[in-house]
Amino acid sequence: MIQINKDKFQALVRKELRLYFNSPIAYIFLVVFLLLSSWLFFRTFFLIGQTEMRGFFGILPWIFLFLIPSLTMRLWSEEYRQGTVETLLTSSVSVEEAVLGKAAGSFIFLALALLLTFPVAISLSFVGNLDWGVVLTAYFGALLLGMAYISLGLFISSLTRNQIVAFIVSVLVLFAFLILGDGIVTAFLPNWLGSLCKTLSLGTHYNSILRGVIDTRDFIFYLSFIVLFLLLNVQTLKTRR
Amino acid sequence: MITVKNLQKNYGPLRALDNVDFEVQQGEILALLGPNGAGKTTAMKIITGFLKSDAGSVEIDGELLEEKSLLRLQNKIGYLPENAPLYPELNVWEHLDFMASVHGIAKEDREKAIREAAKTCGLMEKLYADVSELSKGYKQRLGLAQALIHDPEILILDEPTTGLDPNQIIEIRKFITSLGKKKTIILSTHIMQEVEAIADRVVVINKGRLVGEGTPESLGGQDSVHCTRITIKGCPKKTERHLKKIKNVDRIEHRPSKEKGVIEVSVFTTEDMRSDIVKALALAELELLEIISEKQTMEDIFQKLTQK
Ligand SMILES: Nc1ncnc2c1ncn2[C@@H]1O[C@H](COP(=O)(O)OP(=O)(O)OP(=O)(O)O)[C@@H](O)[C@H]1O
Ligand SMILES: [Mg+2]
Repeated sequence: MIQINKDKFQALVRKELRLYFNSPIAYIFLVVFLLLSSWLFFRTFFLIGQTEMRGFFGILPWIFLFLIPSLTMRLWSEEYRQGTVETLLTSSVSVEEAVLGKAAGSFIFLALALLLTFPVAISLSFVGNLDWGVVLTAYFGALLLGMAYISLGLFISSLTRNQIVAFIVSVLVLFAFLILGDGIVTAFLPNWLGSLCKTLSLGTHYNSILRGVIDTRDFIFYLSFIVLFLLLNVQTLKTRR
Repeated sequence: MITVKNLQKNYGPLRALDNVDFEVQQGEILALLGPNGAGKTTAMKIITGFLKSDAGSVEIDGELLEEKSLLRLQNKIGYLPENAPLYPELNVWEHLDFMASVHGIAKEDREKAIREAAKTCGLMEKLYADVSELSKGYKQRLGLAQALIHDPEILILDEPTTGLDPNQIIEIRKFITSLGKKKTIILSTHIMQEVEAIADRVVVINKGRLVGEGTPESLGGQDSVHCTRITIKGCPKKTERHLKKIKNVDRIEHRPSKEKGVIEVSVFTTEDMRSDIVKALALAELELLEIISEKQTMEDIFQKLTQK
């Protein structure tokens, strides 16, 4: 059974957030993300004249595809390159606590980024008729999707000392998981394999959530995806000993 | 107390540690001495539980270091890794606060612990400085302060004085010596003076193997060659002839000195023959200007042990 010490976990999360906010990365990330997202919001609004956020949420997996690996690439690579991993993993925190601390830190950061897009949603709701049910569900889906990206990016970062390598590999693997369920891919596959691809695809489940209902299958898929890569992460750190 | 038994570690085909045994008592300072790549850092990483050994065991206070005792035992250890790795994004306070928290120091006691560690390591005036702005010496101090923050009974210090200026080196050594009265300390170094200055005991490692062990003094005593260096006014040939008559003489070397008519002679004997040498010279009416019994330096011992 994994035991997590609350104080240590908090300290780990606090440290991760400090690493984000004491460096320019956090602010660059937030600015880029907010610029892109507001532009996408208002583009749909002015061009189509519709008060809905489909355009934004639809393209979010692609924005995340580059932005999230840029957050996660350094999480373990830099600890190994700088040697700080030695102090970290000998300071009587467990490997599980260390992995969860990093995952939680990044999750909080992601949640904050999404929260900052909220004012735009609110202003849209003033000019027209925004379906809040659909929007909130989509936000929830975006959080799940983002956390899945984080979990995978974090794992890949634990495989190399080189953060650029971690970035590129993360983008490639996430890209594969994203388009796995696309018609273009599944059309060439036998039926059973095609539906397996759909089940394993990050994109398919996200699109299903965007329709406005959260199916437990989608939720369970993301949860398993996240847990799987966190566990793999714990395992790689333990075998690197 | 730390007991290391038959430690073995391979990095792929390379055997970094091969059957290394040693022990450190409480209140003792042990120096791991060895050339680059000897395996000192590897041994320390294993003792702190960062690396797993391929064979052998580490016991801390009689308890085996293993998965289930790891976190508890790690809390007894303060570790300064090689080159004092730090997070460039954090400042000194944030660093110490982080280390205090993960070591389980309660919130209300943290500030006191941080100030105490900062004070002992001379960091008070840099308490809010960013790590990226610290000089190498201050980084080393912060690394040391981090290792001390939870007042551990064991300290593992990997080259604690590298990068410090001579004043700081003396200060840190004094500090380690004072800590060593109560704590169990293992430090690694390739500086001989450091061993002589602070270590109670030395373990010499070369290519992953233990090649010597003892007090800094006894390591020298393992050898039975005595060298007496004398400075004489007189003829080299005559001097050599008379010196050769003395018992236990192994070898004589002489060279001219800067002064005219003066020679320096090294007499290698298997026992201390100083008084016989003085008598022989007096008998031969050779003028003795200076006599020095040359002790073997740590450098000599180090070379001898590690160049086999
Ligand atoms: N992660 C690693 N992977 C492969 N080989 C390694 C690794 N770490 C160390 N080694 C090798 O193991 C040997 C022992 O290294 P170690 O760092 O323990 O030596 P050291 O005594 O601390 O040397 P130094 O005085 O230079 O710090 C060296 O030959 C080194 O190249
Ligand atoms: Mg070393």
